[in-house]
Amino acid sequence: MQHGKYRFIVGFLAVPLGLYALFVVWPFVQSIYYSFTDWTGLSPDFEMVGFANYARMLDDEIFWKSLRHSLLFALLVPVVTIGLALFLSFMINVGGRRRRGGPVVSGVRGSAFYKIVYFFPQVLSIVIVALLFAFAYNPDSGAINSLLRAVGLGGVQPLWLGDPDLALWAVMAVIVWSTVGFFVVLFSAGMASIPLDLYEAALLDGANRITTFFRLTLPLLWDTVQSGWVYMGILALGAESFAVVHIMTTGPGGPDYSTTVMVLYVYQKAFRDGQAAYATTIGVALLLVTLAFAALVMKLGRRERLEY
Amino acid sequence: MKTTEPPAPVPAESGVTVTKAGVPAGAPPEERKAGGVLNVFSHGILVIWAIMVALPLVWAVMTSFKDDAAIFGSPWSLPDELHFENWSRAWTQAHMGDYFLNTVLVVGGSLVGTLVLGSMAAYVLARFEFPGNRFIYYLFIGGMSFPIMLALVPLFYVVNNMGLLNTIHGLILVYIAYSLPFTVFFLTAFFRTLPGSVAEAAFVDGASHSRTFFQIMLPMARPGLISVGIFNFLGQWNQYMLPTVLNTDEDKHVLTQGLVQLAVSQGYKGDWSGLFAGLVMAMLPVLAAYIVFQRQVVQGLTAGALK
Repeated sequence: MQHGKYRFIVGFLAVPLGLYALFVVWPFVQSIYYSFTDWTGLSPDFEMVGFANYARMLDDEIFWKSLRHSLLFALLVPVVTIGLALFLSFMINVGGRRRRGGPVVSGVRGSAFYKIVYFFPQVLSIVIVALLFAFAYNPDSGAINSLLRAVGLGGVQPLWLGDPDLALWAVMAVIVWSTVGFFVVLFSAGMASIPLDLYEAALLDGANRITTFFRLTLPLLWDTVQSGWVYMGILALGAESFAVVHIMTTGPGGPDYSTTVMVLYVYQKAFRDGQAAYATTIGVALLLVTLAFAALVMKLGRRERLEY
Repeated sequence: MKTTEPPAPVPAESGVTVTKAGVPAGAPPEERKAGGVLNVFSHGILVIWAIMVALPLVWAVMTSFKDDAAIFGSPWSLPDELHFENWSRAWTQAHMGDYFLNTVLVVGGSLVGTLVLGSMAAYVLARFEFPGNRFIYYLFIGGMSFPIMLALVPLFYVVNNMGLLNTIHGLILVYIAYSLPFTVFFLTAFFRTLPGSVAEAAFVDGASHSRTFFQIMLPMARPGLISVGIFNFLGQWNQYMLPTVLNTDEDKHVLTQGLVQLAVSQGYKGDWSGLFAGLVMAMLPVLAAYIVFQRQVVQGLTAGALK
């Protein structure tokens, strides 16, 4: 297989690798370099300023706010999403009524239907989801408040996205809503591959469903849960939170910066305020947070791999 | 086991309702009760979540057929008549048709490019030993966990200097580059699972390396290409962050940008019904395609996370 091997390897790798290096790797490297300059992005001239941008960042109140919000996104959104998805997929796969002569545990009737419906938001663009909910949250004519009025809760009419204390939660709920279905389907596939005799043995030993879930299902599913957690956290720090905050909240960034997240702050500093160098500094902080998050989840979640 | 069991007098399958009535008479009373309670409870929860997912979507479809007065006056009532003019207004005046076309062009080009280039790189990385193989592989994989926004600031100027800003082909090249990490990761694993003997036999018969790849390995990799293709299609079709930065010319807008643009401009034009028609227009084809290709879509989207 030696004949022409290297020519072939180079020929096949050159274009994809070149494209990737030019549009992905090179900008990342440049970013880190620019964070030590005073580049505005508007003119080609700049000077090295050392750690000045970093010092400025540590004094920037809005940066700290955005960091707090991003951390909330990364920690809370995955936990709620995955918790809800585990609960729902357990109900789908194990919550069924025991049928005479059937297996000891079984899925509920219509489990396929539930999985199809739950997955709907996953195929929609986060943009569509964000626009829909921005309108649903409208305090006067939005779907949510008029539903509250209809059920007699006319006194409870929150401003939702207009309320600095509520806006962030309202935005996070949208991400949870749109991603739970993906994890339900993912976990269901994992649960379906757990052998039935394990459940049978557990139930024979007198375990109830809750014990079965925590002692049997969750440990066997742990690898999937963990990689899902990392995946979700990266999304919640990056693209997803940018889209929802950018589209849904006023400013964008919410009343009193109440929904400003790091990824949005990078965008605004670079493309609105003409402070490209400072934007890359915040971007580097975002990179560190992302890597720290992934490392933390992998470390916390490390346990013995279970074979079955 | 099953054959020794006497047939139940009332087949459990006939009871569609979740009441206790459907429980086979032979089951011990205690177990029947516990199973029934759990069953009602889990069905209740599952139905509530299904409603929470479906209701906003149904509401959007309903709203897209109403006039503006009805949207604000009674958000939850059915439309008095079907205002199809919302749809035609969104398609022509709000340029949804143009945005659709732009998106089809961008995603079509990117998807083909991603699959061709991604499978070429993945094949070489999976099948050939050469110095730097691991380094290039991890270089690609690393792109999956880095925040894209960090690269976007300099990327804007890279793309601008090349004269590719606000062009369809520029956007295609960037989409391909940012789709490569996952595509290479997924397809490298896939090519490793394919048997090597077929390729060796072809090679012995005098086929060149590239001919072996295009005529033998690529067809064998079809299931993997479909999965990763669906994953990339949805990701690129729904992409928002890249075009927001790199594609600011309104004529070149893709669907997601067009919708946001529409939402912003409705703020002062007040054509909310047109906005909802646009939203539903963007929503329905994807939902319809999902329902038809349900199995493949789910496989494609969950394949990466299960690896």
